[in-house]
Amino acid sequence: MAAARTAARLATRLLERPWLWAFAAAFLVWLATIIFTKGQGGGEILSAALAFGTFSVIVGIGQMYVITLGPGNVDLSIPATMTFAGAASMKIMATQDSMIVVGLLIALACGAAIGVFNYGLIRLMRIPPIIATLSSSFVFQSAAIAYGRGIKIKPPPSLADFTTARIAGFPILAICTVILALVMTVVLHKTVYGRSVIAIGQNARAAKLSGIAVDFTRFVTYVMCATLAGLCGFVLSGFSGGASLNMGAEFLLASIAVVVIGGTSVAGGFANIPGLWGAALFMFLLVTMLNTFGLGAGIRLVMTGLIIITVITVAGGKSTDR
Amino acid sequence: MIATLLSPRFLRNALPALSLTVLLLAIFQLQPRTMSYFGLNLLLNLALPIAFATIAQMCIITVNDLDLGIGSYVGLVAAIGATWLNETPLLGVAALLGCILIYAALGALIHLRNLPSIVVTLGMSFVWLGMALLVLPTPGGTVPGWIRAIMTLKTPFLPFTIYAAVAVGVIVHFGLMRSAYGTVLRGAGGNPRSVARAGWSLLRTKVTMFALAGFFGMLSGLSLIGLTTSADANIALRYTLLSIAGVILGGGEFVGGRISPIGAVIGAMTLTLAASFLTFLRLPPDWQIGAQGGILIVVLAFRAVINRAEARR
Repeated sequence: MAAARTAARLATRLLERPWLWAFAAAFLVWLATIIFTKGQGGGEILSAALAFGTFSVIVGIGQMYVITLGPGNVDLSIPATMTFAGAASMKIMATQDSMIVVGLLIALACGAAIGVFNYGLIRLMRIPPIIATLSSSFVFQSAAIAYGRGIKIKPPPSLADFTTARIAGFPILAICTVILALVMTVVLHKTVYGRSVIAIGQNARAAKLSGIAVDFTRFVTYVMCATLAGLCGFVLSGFSGGASLNMGAEFLLASIAVVVIGGTSVAGGFANIPGLWGAALFMFLLVTMLNTFGLGAGIRLVMTGLIIITVITVAGGKSTDR
Repeated sequence: MIATLLSPRFLRNALPALSLTVLLLAIFQLQPRTMSYFGLNLLLNLALPIAFATIAQMCIITVNDLDLGIGSYVGLVAAIGATWLNETPLLGVAALLGCILIYAALGALIHLRNLPSIVVTLGMSFVWLGMALLVLPTPGGTVPGWIRAIMTLKTPFLPFTIYAAVAVGVIVHFGLMRSAYGTVLRGAGGNPRSVARAGWSLLRTKVTMFALAGFFGMLSGLSLIGLTTSADANIALRYTLLSIAGVILGGGEFVGGRISPIGAVIGAMTLTLAASFLTFLRLPPDWQIGAQGGILIVVLAFRAVINRAEARR
């Protein structure tokens, strides 16, 4: 009797977790795919989903911190940052294995610099974050085009090997990103900084009055988001055989979509990291499923869009009025 | 007189026009040959579709939302315009009306379920792009003669684009800034709660503004193919960001229903000229998008300075 009640309580508590829905949706889509293929390739699909989902999760973590800061906070410069950091680091490494560490540092530094620039626009010029990150993304996208000269620069062989390596079917990169996600979960919930982010998102004025360093917290968050985008540009260049000028394009939607589908509140003040993984897997598996069904590019895009809207309609819709 | 001219309020309102004038003068200085009918026509040719897209975006921003799918929507309209509208005009018109209805429905969905417009419209950008690919899988198509005829109209003194842009700005200005219902529409962005308490339907304002956005987006797509003579599903993807930039450049603000239709048209023209400006400076075309970003930052910096001066008084 008591055991049954504990189980029931556990079940209700689990159902209240917003990230569960993302994983459930990902599982259903995966199931539909392998039923269609009659059980073939289920493992490979999952492995690929983990590999490709990694990149959405890396930028998603940064975007999630930014969105959690409250209404109006979003970083639209992620694609440009990825492209710029990817192009700069690949060019400086010039396919030399010995330069990998330097390249990584360059990518991170590029990201951090763009983050500082973004927040400078937001804070010093009082530009709304959407416009600030949008205009800086114009500038850095151009810089990447001018610097990369449209040539796909190959990554060093060891970096390419590392980013595509697997252990027992699990991509090493995915394992690293899971660890990163765990660290960022701890940062979010257990550190003064993480709790400040949530507090600011819930009520910026109350946070300021209670002595939280609002400006500093926002500064750190924008810089961190851009740095993660730089990191993502670096590993994605290694993974996909070089930095290309449109490699960041799809991550504008992806970074925002994984955050929202993962159960983070768009109104801010409520973040959820496990959901990022669920949503990233869902997004990839969804495209895989539509591909497996043999649908053309047009139908596939329409379905992707409609399913994203359906998910947000069902999952969202919570009243944000206070 | 001088005091009025230097007052922050006047400066802020004049800033969009001022930046356009400065840019135009700089271009005339660099390349005097642009100071002719033909030159202006070449310079501002593509400003009209961008101006329509900017007005569409402004309608959405009025009610505190943001449309990240307008670029792919313009692409879909272009695709429909270069195929169905030419071959079977009735089907084409029905499809375009259907698109506007979808826009209106989006407004209703966002309002009723209290959804973040960024995500919904980002999802819709996929839907529009997918539909455009279904209608027109490969670039091409034929543009109906009448659209082509309108867009290449030879008007006296100044190119057609300028007359059309001025007309659009003025018409929307009177519709939104001077009419009674226009005030309610803007009020729905400024203080939704009091507008609702005063007995106006917020659902209706949102549906109206989204439908208007769909309408102006349609005009953007049709005017675009009138200039390019063929369509492509990806033809206008950059309009999404350009339109947001245009609204802000023109003096609009993100929240609070503070908009400026004439400013938005000027903003769109400034962004169009920014690209040509670079060419005349002999800078590589790689920096064109960057220049648009740069101009945006400079104008916003000026606005920040003006606002700060106002706060000090």
